[in-house]
Amino acid sequence: MEPSRLKERPAADRRMIKFVLMVNRQGQTRLSRYYHSVELSRRAALEADVVRYCLSRKKDQCSFVEYKDFKLVYRQYAALYIVVGITDSENELSIYELVHNFVEVLDKYFSRVSELDIMFNLDRVHIILDEMIQNGHIVETNKSRILAPLTAIDKMVES
Amino acid sequence: MSDVVEKTLTALPSLLSLDSHPGSAKLSSTSKLGNLIRGITELTSKHEEEKLIQHELLAIKEQVSSPNTTMRQMKELMVRSIYCEMLGYEASFSYIHAIKLAQQGTVLEKRVGYLAVSLFLNESHELLLLLVNTVLKDLQSTNLIEVCMALTVVSQMFPKDMIPAILPLVEEKLNHPKEIIRRKAVMALYKFYLIAPNQVQHIHNKFRKALCDKDPGVMTASLHIYLQMIQENPEAYKDLTPSFVTILKQVVGGKLPMDFNYHTVPAPWLQIQLLRILALLGKNDQSTSEVMYEVLDESLRRAEMNHNITYAILYECVKCIYTIHPKSDLLEKAAKCIGNFVLSPKINLKYLGLKALTYVVQQDPKLALQHQMTIIECLDHPDLIIKRETLELLFRITNAQNVTVIVEKMLEFLCISEDDHTTIDLVGKVAELAEKYPLNVSFILCLLNLLYFPINHCTYAPDNEWFIETMNTVFSLGGDMMQPDIPNSFLKLLSEGFDSVEEDRKLKLFAVNSYIPLLRGEPGKLPQRFLQVISWVLGEYSHLREDLEPAEVLSLLAKLLDMKNSSSETKSWVLMAMTKLCKGGADASVTQEVSETYSSSLDTVLRQRAHELQYLSQDPELRARVLPRGATPETLEVDSSLSFLDRFVSEALAAGAAPYKPPHQRQEELDQSKALSLEPYGLSLPISMSSCSITDRQSPTLLSMSSGLSGDSADLSHKGGSSALKLDGVKRVWGREGYLAQREPVEEAAQVEVPSPIQSPGRQGEGDSLHSQTPTQTPTPEPEQEKQQLASSLFVGLASQSSVSLMGKSEPTPQRFRRKAKGQGPGSSFNASEQISSSLISPPSAVDNLLCNNLLDSNNASELAEQTSQLSQSLTTANGTCHTEAELTEPDTKGCNPALRRDNCVVAADPGPHDDPGRLTEVCLDSYLPAELSGLSHSEIAPLCANQSLNLSACYVQKEDSLILVVFIINSSESAIQQMLLQVDSEELEVSCLSDSPAGEVTSHSVAVGQYSLTVKRPAVHVEVVGTVSYQLPAGTSQSLQFSYKVPLTSFIRPFVVSTEEYGTMWLSFSHDTKQNLTLINDNQEPLTATLNALKKKLQLHVVEVIGMEGIVACRLLQDLPCLMHCRVNAGWLAVWLRSPVPDLPDCLIYHCQRALQSL
Repeated sequence: MEPSRLKERPAADRRMIKFVLMVNRQGQTRLSRYYHSVELSRRAALEADVVRYCLSRKKDQCSFVEYKDFKLVYRQYAALYIVVGITDSENELSIYELVHNFVEVLDKYFSRVSELDIMFNLDRVHIILDEMIQNGHIVETNKSRILAPLTAIDKMVES
Repeated sequence: MSDVVEKTLTALPSLLSLDSHPGSAKLSSTSKLGNLIRGITELTSKHEEEKLIQHELLAIKEQVSSPNTTMRQMKELMVRSIYCEMLGYEASFSYIHAIKLAQQGTVLEKRVGYLAVSLFLNESHELLLLLVNTVLKDLQSTNLIEVCMALTVVSQMFPKDMIPAILPLVEEKLNHPKEIIRRKAVMALYKFYLIAPNQVQHIHNKFRKALCDKDPGVMTASLHIYLQMIQENPEAYKDLTPSFVTILKQVVGGKLPMDFNYHTVPAPWLQIQLLRILALLGKNDQSTSEVMYEVLDESLRRAEMNHNITYAILYECVKCIYTIHPKSDLLEKAAKCIGNFVLSPKINLKYLGLKALTYVVQQDPKLALQHQMTIIECLDHPDLIIKRETLELLFRITNAQNVTVIVEKMLEFLCISEDDHTTIDLVGKVAELAEKYPLNVSFILCLLNLLYFPINHCTYAPDNEWFIETMNTVFSLGGDMMQPDIPNSFLKLLSEGFDSVEEDRKLKLFAVNSYIPLLRGEPGKLPQRFLQVISWVLGEYSHLREDLEPAEVLSLLAKLLDMKNSSSETKSWVLMAMTKLCKGGADASVTQEVSETYSSSLDTVLRQRAHELQYLSQDPELRARVLPRGATPETLEVDSSLSFLDRFVSEALAAGAAPYKPPHQRQEELDQSKALSLEPYGLSLPISMSSCSITDRQSPTLLSMSSGLSGDSADLSHKGGSSALKLDGVKRVWGREGYLAQREPVEEAAQVEVPSPIQSPGRQGEGDSLHSQTPTQTPTPEPEQEKQQLASSLFVGLASQSSVSLMGKSEPTPQRFRRKAKGQGPGSSFNASEQISSSLISPPSAVDNLLCNNLLDSNNASELAEQTSQLSQSLTTANGTCHTEAELTEPDTKGCNPALRRDNCVVAADPGPHDDPGRLTEVCLDSYLPAELSGLSHSEIAPLCANQSLNLSACYVQKEDSLILVVFIINSSESAIQQMLLQVDSEELEVSCLSDSPAGEVTSHSVAVGQYSLTVKRPAVHVEVVGTVSYQLPAGTSQSLQFSYKVPLTSFIRPFVVSTEEYGTMWLSFSHDTKQNLTLINDNQEPLTATLNALKKKLQLHVVEVIGMEGIVACRLLQDLPCLMHCRVNAGWLAVWLRSPVPDLPDCLIYHCQRALQSL
């Protein structure tokens, strides 16, 4: 509640993705990736908040929610929610579609992805995400290029 | 929804046995990871989770440290650790093993090792250093996959200090034959640029190469670097604009390979990135903007497919169009686009539309009018985020007339918002608005009062609560940044009270009740102003609470005095409150102690208050007389001439005291006396004598001038109070709206009975294709009417351009016209009233405008012509105004050209888009330099800013004792602009206006020149002046244009001629210094002399003396801030020691010396 918080706002103006979360309807985190440093101890509370915000939304409501000094963009796939935290100056709709692109990539790799695929292949999902987002910026959206390094690794492992 | 099929948990067994997926192939249901996952999916409580993970952590810990663990097992252990950390349980013991895995593992194991490192560690973690060798090895690997992994991790995190170790290897990869390696190398360099920009300074040309890479992926990667660099310094990359435009053109035109498409849209995120870059480059830059108009048009056209991603592109495109130099047909298309967004039934699009509108109204507030009904609807939208965004939008269009309504809406939202951050943000905005429109603060408070007190007597108590609590929030948050007006008006409101005595009592009591716990809690956290309010209220009203002992209040207040961070102002409020409360008896000890402590305070005010407290606490009778309880505030007469002191003065004079001298006289005498004595301390050096007295002599004129200016602006704002747009704080990039012709008809808004006299009625327009659903002329149902009423109060002041009184009941509007007409001559006042009457009869439209014009032409053409020629004649004589085309205009005037008609006609037709706004810019502005400056050298005349009617340029002229800023205001429009006011200010500089500021009218295609003398207040490496030109268009709209202009500090430096002895004396007396080694110029025998001469030439320094390997140099910063420089050649460097009485000056100067020597 200190007055200095009023002045902080412009500083947070840098356009970026702050985190990507995958949570299920029970509020359990299935994947989390932070692009700004958040202490481990604070993450659980933040994730619980985020889930609460998104789960309370109705279908006909906006897919963007204000949360603290940033925005949440969320998209639901069956029981799984993908939530992206972004700063206010990001383009919400482009992130909304980025989420779908991510899911399409996962779908392509796992040929019809499910929550369990993600759980059993947490490392691979992270590797895919690392190809798409770095330092809070979108770095690759071309599906075949996103998957190229991982498929190369898979081939090496098989041989 | 996608076609993704979800497999539920019931499918688990079949999934585990069915190894069809590449990922799950290696997992068996008996694996430890499998067990963990199964355990996690079966969790039902937080407690179970904790048990499971703690158990898991123990197991992992045991296994990782075992020497028999294979890399493959280690990989699985790391994934399990990742799981534990993901659920919030620290697994720090595994960090070192993650690094080991990255080092020793192969392929997937290595990748998981790197992944775990990037997930576990933050960028400043010390373990990261252990990764450097591994990265170094992998970068040199012949296995491309390993190179790839290393580059990926480097572009995510890398210790800043170790960049030089791997930089050459990364750079080398820019030439790698594989695109993926090149792309990742660019991303790694981007990371370096983010964390240590100076480390990659030397490879800027390699970035350019990456931009031109034949592979689109590498090019895309380089855009990240460019976006960042252009954000920091757009000027340096203007030459790349055509490249970015070409790239965008190719992408939009579908030239990229198919796999870059997303749902048939070519590389949408790349398009967005490019549009952001273009927006940055084209901002405030007409010629650069012109390069991109075509491709922006193309982008708008191509993005017609109905898919979210095309809307995301459109949003970015609209933002870009509104950021760069305006082009009317593009603006029109962009505005239409925004219309499609906000009217969309899809809520996500509506949201984005509001966001776009919020951005756009900062440039053009009138656009909000087109969508006013939608905005009103959004304000009542059930989805809070839509409501919130709408408030954000309203916040941007706030002006003096609608501020109360908008604040009210914000406060309404505050009542329903449950989110802390939103509350803080909104209260901050309310406080900001209160600060911006101080006149309205008391109005807001009264409004609150009106709204929440008399209406509902039954629900009175919660409203009281709400009011006090809102004010408490405003005080706590607004804190000490808040304007003193707010607490003052609050206290006034509280003491004056409302209609009912009983209600007043309740309100005051509530305030007391809410403050006591605050003081009992942690008052140290409250802002000073709030503490002052609390002290006052408790002093006055704490007696209302019967169960409260004055002694307790006193001890609470005394606690405030003991707090370290209480300001003496607050302490004096507290002492005052204690004086009101103390009654002797039990309270005596507290008051006695306090008054004793402070009666010896160094602060005279506190001392006085302490004495008052002491005396009044001992004399209850006197106290009751001086501070009667429950007194109503009375007006005090202040004897500003201090006549009651006359006796004291005459006695003092008789006793031999010196007569009083006003401060400026004292200063002058002081300077003279100082000039004679060779005082070593202080700033007044011989040279300062003349300049100082000059400024002193000038100051009365300056004063009168500035008061004239402020009087002018007050007049302006008063006029604007009726219906002109108040543009304070709203940045306007362009003046005339190219697309305003589309404004929807909302005549009915004006027919609604508007409750407030300050609200002007609606506006007119020529119809809008977008808004067919807005009802016209039909009798409107109740709620509709309410909305329109709201609309008229919200959007008041935005439609000034065409605000025509439809019903004739809006008094201020005609008034404004009359007043303006009066200034123009006797003939036009008649015209104006006739104009109004004609518009009263028929609903205004383009046809009517035409009609009016005809009317004008036939009846008053000759009078008008005469009057206008008078006008232009008076202009030519006006000081500082150059009238270039007077001869050209005058015959035109007689022919009554359209420009003239706009000048005088009230119902102005919208001016057509100006095809060539910058017509005069090419004209050589040199010739407009004031005669007294023309002989001196001046900097390049640089364009500052422009809109469709004005072009501003500036340059500076270095005179011996001053720096003159010359601002050229070119009216490039077809009509004269009026009441022009140029205001220039700077944080670092003292700006004083020379000659007459170019105020008043500037006729079409002429130039007005403003001159300002600049001196340095506070040295900085670069100093900047900011300015605003406000003016009125003939149609009566107030417009303003803002600019900023950078002046290098070096232009303020002048040689300072002193003798070596004087130098020595001064050297010892100066307290601010800095030392640094500079490079010597080594091209001849005498490096010291050569370097000093170079500095002398570049920076206008004075070389006092050179003795052997040492040299002393002196300069002054205008007006008379000296800086001394001592140079010594030492081991091939020039050791420089700078001293000055002015803080920061040595640092700034050393920077410029460095720059000067580098540029040689």
